[in-house]
Amino acid sequence: MHRYKFVLYRPLQFLPVLFGISIITFILVRLIPGDPARVLLGTRATPEAIARIREQYGLDEPFLVQYLYFLRNLADGEMGRSILYKIDVLKLILTRIEPTLMLVLCSVVLSVLIAVPVAAVAARNQGRFADQAIRVISTFGIGFPPFWLGLMLIILFSVKLDIFPVSGYGNTLPEKLTHLFLPSLTISLSLSTVLARSLRAAMVEALRSDVATAARARGMPESIVFWRHVLPNSLVPTVNLLAVNIGWLIGGTVVVETVFALPGMGQLLVRAIFSRDYMVVQGVAMVFACATVLINFLADIATVALDPRVKL
Amino acid sequence: MSEPLAVTAPLAGRLSLFRRRGTLAVGVFLLGAFIVLALGAPLIAPYDPIAQDAAARLQGPSWLHPFGTDNFGRDILSRVIWGTRIDLQIAIIGVLFPFIIGTTLGTVAGFFGGIVDAIFMRLVDIILAFPFLVLMLSIIAILGPGLGSFYIAMALVGWVSYARLIRAQMLALKNHDYAVAAVSLGFSRTRIMFRHLLPNAAAGSIVFAMSDAVLVLLSGAAISYLGLGVQPPIAEWGVMVAEGQPFVTTAWWITLFPGLSIVTLAFAFSMIGDGLADLFGVHE
Repeated sequence: MHRYKFVLYRPLQFLPVLFGISIITFILVRLIPGDPARVLLGTRATPEAIARIREQYGLDEPFLVQYLYFLRNLADGEMGRSILYKIDVLKLILTRIEPTLMLVLCSVVLSVLIAVPVAAVAARNQGRFADQAIRVISTFGIGFPPFWLGLMLIILFSVKLDIFPVSGYGNTLPEKLTHLFLPSLTISLSLSTVLARSLRAAMVEALRSDVATAARARGMPESIVFWRHVLPNSLVPTVNLLAVNIGWLIGGTVVVETVFALPGMGQLLVRAIFSRDYMVVQGVAMVFACATVLINFLADIATVALDPRVKL
Repeated sequence: MSEPLAVTAPLAGRLSLFRRRGTLAVGVFLLGAFIVLALGAPLIAPYDPIAQDAAARLQGPSWLHPFGTDNFGRDILSRVIWGTRIDLQIAIIGVLFPFIIGTTLGTVAGFFGGIVDAIFMRLVDIILAFPFLVLMLSIIAILGPGLGSFYIAMALVGWVSYARLIRAQMLALKNHDYAVAAVSLGFSRTRIMFRHLLPNAAAGSIVFAMSDAVLVLLSGAAISYLGLGVQPPIAEWGVMVAEGQPFVTTAWWITLFPGLSIVTLAFAFSMIGDGLADLFGVHE
């Protein structure tokens, strides 16, 4: 079990990063020109509300003290109030987490389902036509703007074929999954090109490895060599790559949620920017950043679990 | 991206050599074509990109309007051609500033090491903790929508990747014999950093800049699509996709062509990046 010891001390290494995240989000909102109380409450705030927020955030104190107030409020789970929705930012974000989380999960699953077979075909036909074709297609795929690809998928699957809904989210799980299919596919088509490239490189290496040669020498058919030895050995770099790309993936959800009108955190962020709902912008940015840190931590655990040789 | 030449057969060797040059050539040719379109837009575009024509609303592709018209009767082909100016500018300026800032900071941090490097790396970790687009959007939220805000946000966020790349190279290079020799010759640190070490460290960043150009182009177009970048009626590909969205079921040509332009320009940058990676022998 000592291999998992990092699970205990790694979170301590996150502290400076979390500290930094709080500083950046604090500075972001304080940089907005104008009276911070008005910025946070909107132009139609009552004098009482302004007085209250001045006290709560210590707006009459020096900058550094304001930051300490900000931290104290955060520790209380107090991220301010949304001007637009008239509820606490934290509560608002909690109602929006599910669609975004589901979108990220479905996109990752779909990306892996696309990338693994594609990479396998490319790696086993290395240098031949199939490999070259996949290389060219994936070079194209990286440049597909998600907002445009989403619209093209809507034309194909919703308008012409009428299989999937154009937008929205639904209430029951099957409904949600059908609504999530096209948004996830949009993200997966881009993400899987990146995944397939790295997975192919890892597979090419694993196909040449001593493990594979030894298995072949024992008379194993090539397909079993592939499934039993090559694939498991190529998954570790891919898990890391997924973690590295998680920030990019979250960025994708922001755009895709807007295209498909999914009521998630990304759509909330974009609306908040338009309505100058700065507390919401601050809260969403902070939650996304913390989620990225957490996911990288989980990927570290997955790496250790997948590969007994790895020590962190 | 190309495989090691161990594939042996002479034909495979020659094919691979052709592919290397070919990849770069295709990319440079495509990018050149876009640059010509951008510079020659007033001469090449058949119509005024923002002139409205009520008599020619929502027309499909025809000889008169090869890419069709939008709901204001504006010619899509002309708007796509004029859009080249903006989107090419987004990709170039959006890469240039982060490249310069990141390269300088990474060089200094990697060369000096110690406390400078430690502080620097923490800053990098913190910025990388934010999802790229989320931090970009948050900065634009404060600066207000517009292309200028996009460039500032890009410069504040994008330098991190370049700095990390260069720093890692610097750490390895500064102990090489020629660097030590330069120190013993009494050259100034600035000279050693920028004249001796940086040219040897830059290949990876130049290759990365090409794939970064794809990312910057997509981000710039996405932010404009969301309504936070380039503002209508200026013809920009992301804006055009957003404007076509309400008509996507009936007038597909409004969104199709600007999107294809983004894909093609991105492809050009990717091909140049792949070609340069082979040329310099750089691997991801």
